[in-house]
Amino acid sequence: MVGKMIDENGLRIDGRKVDELRQIKIEAGVLKRADGSAYVEWGKNKVLAAVYGPRECHPRHLQDPSKALVQCRYNMIAFSVSDRKRPGPDRRSVEISKIISEALEYVVFTEYFPRTSVDVYIEILQANAGTRCAGLTAASVALADAGIPMKDMIPSVAVGKIDGQVVLDLCKEEDNYGQADLPLAIIPRTGEILLMQMDGHMTMNEFNQAMEYGFGACEKIYQLQKDALKRRYAVEDVEGLEEEVPRNQQELEG
Amino acid sequence: MARAIMSDIKRDHIHKLLSKGKRVDGRTWDEFRQVSIERRFVESAEGSARVKLGDTDVLVGVKIAIGTPFSDTPDKGVLSTNAELIPLASPNFESGPPDEDSIELARVVDRGIRESEMIDLTALCITPGEEVWLCFVDMYVLDYDGNLFDAAFLGAVAALKTAMVPAAMNGKGEDFPLPTRNTPISCTAVQIENSILFDPTLDEEKVAAARLTVTTDENGDIRAMQKGLEGSLTLEQAKRIIETSQRLGRDLRKLIG
Repeated sequence: MVGKMIDENGLRIDGRKVDELRQIKIEAGVLKRADGSAYVEWGKNKVLAAVYGPRECHPRHLQDPSKALVQCRYNMIAFSVSDRKRPGPDRRSVEISKIISEALEYVVFTEYFPRTSVDVYIEILQANAGTRCAGLTAASVALADAGIPMKDMIPSVAVGKIDGQVVLDLCKEEDNYGQADLPLAIIPRTGEILLMQMDGHMTMNEFNQAMEYGFGACEKIYQLQKDALKRRYAVEDVEGLEEEVPRNQQELEG
Repeated sequence: MARAIMSDIKRDHIHKLLSKGKRVDGRTWDEFRQVSIERRFVESAEGSARVKLGDTDVLVGVKIAIGTPFSDTPDKGVLSTNAELIPLASPNFESGPPDEDSIELARVVDRGIRESEMIDLTALCITPGEEVWLCFVDMYVLDYDGNLFDAAFLGAVAALKTAMVPAAMNGKGEDFPLPTRNTPISCTAVQIENSILFDPTLDEEKVAAARLTVTTDENGDIRAMQKGLEGSLTLEQAKRIIETSQRLGRDLRKLIG
């Protein structure tokens, strides 16, 4: 391991505290052709999500006469990482697509649209650790932007472990030396966990700490998701009607 | 991609306006939509550019790595161009291996860059026959509202012009800008009921009979062409498109700098 990842003041290599998120920017309705879309900048991650549907389900043998299918495709573009990634799906992206589809399926009122498919496309334009969480966060906003009836949006964040300490939202440099990684997605309102993965090594105490950080962070991300939608659909030029909506975390907290 | 369905009302509307010499969005026949170029959009790429041509949105990235040259060009670097029509960009794009549309797009852009000798491939040779720089140009359509050829071409040229060869991290001395010399520009026009329209929108493409893409260099010389779609062009129409491309190319080239 190269040097210490957390200094004597408890600060990380990018100056964040152990329970501090990276800078997050969310914008809803960024694409013309898609029925709904969202763009998320999360630290150095850049993610686009688009939603098409409900529309005819392809392939047809997957059609469900009782409900809609939520089909997500998570994809990293060729130059989103330092070594060029060959275009097209690999085993990692197929797995991520599956778990994100399952998480989203839970919040969409699929029974309203039998036999159809709600297609969600997540493109990672620039990757810097935590892309599946940024992707799911963006996809939730895109679904809402598409006007798809849903129970709630799903904020998502990863909790990691470096230098034997639980820390929130690892960046790429930290992730390279991470001792554990735990991506998480919840519905803050109900506390339901919709996505959880883990690799590495954590004690029960560390897991509890991770949940505390993760749930807290999801609350903040959820607020940013709602703010993005409000900005998209705010009624402009009507005096006194438009409320001040924070554009990023600094404004939100400050 | 199957050719998208077009409503009769929209088709008639375009035809009716054309008969009065007008376009749906009010442009003249030889007018491009608003172009915006955002360079270095992706830090993980050696060069990148996001180009918006009206509502068409294309992201192009350049990755450069060390590899072996082709045996028939042992002293030249390798240029490889790829286009992805990802399903995020249009309800008519499907995921899966590149289809004929994305292959045509990639090959037309590749031809314009290669034939104009924009990149000095011999300067990308490290050890003849053994090591050269491989230059991958990847083009992603993010929002599809017509004329992918020109949007992708502008993106590719802008991305290549910002690209740095990552020599330091490969132990090959200092990083240096990708050696380029020419700035080729492509211009695309369609023929609809014998009218010529440059930079067609998606709706215009849907009713178009024929399409012609012309890539010109700084001298206005033709470096690559591609005729597409099922309809035909007269020689007169082709000449008019080429001459207009030379003129429009000069203006577009200024945007790239």
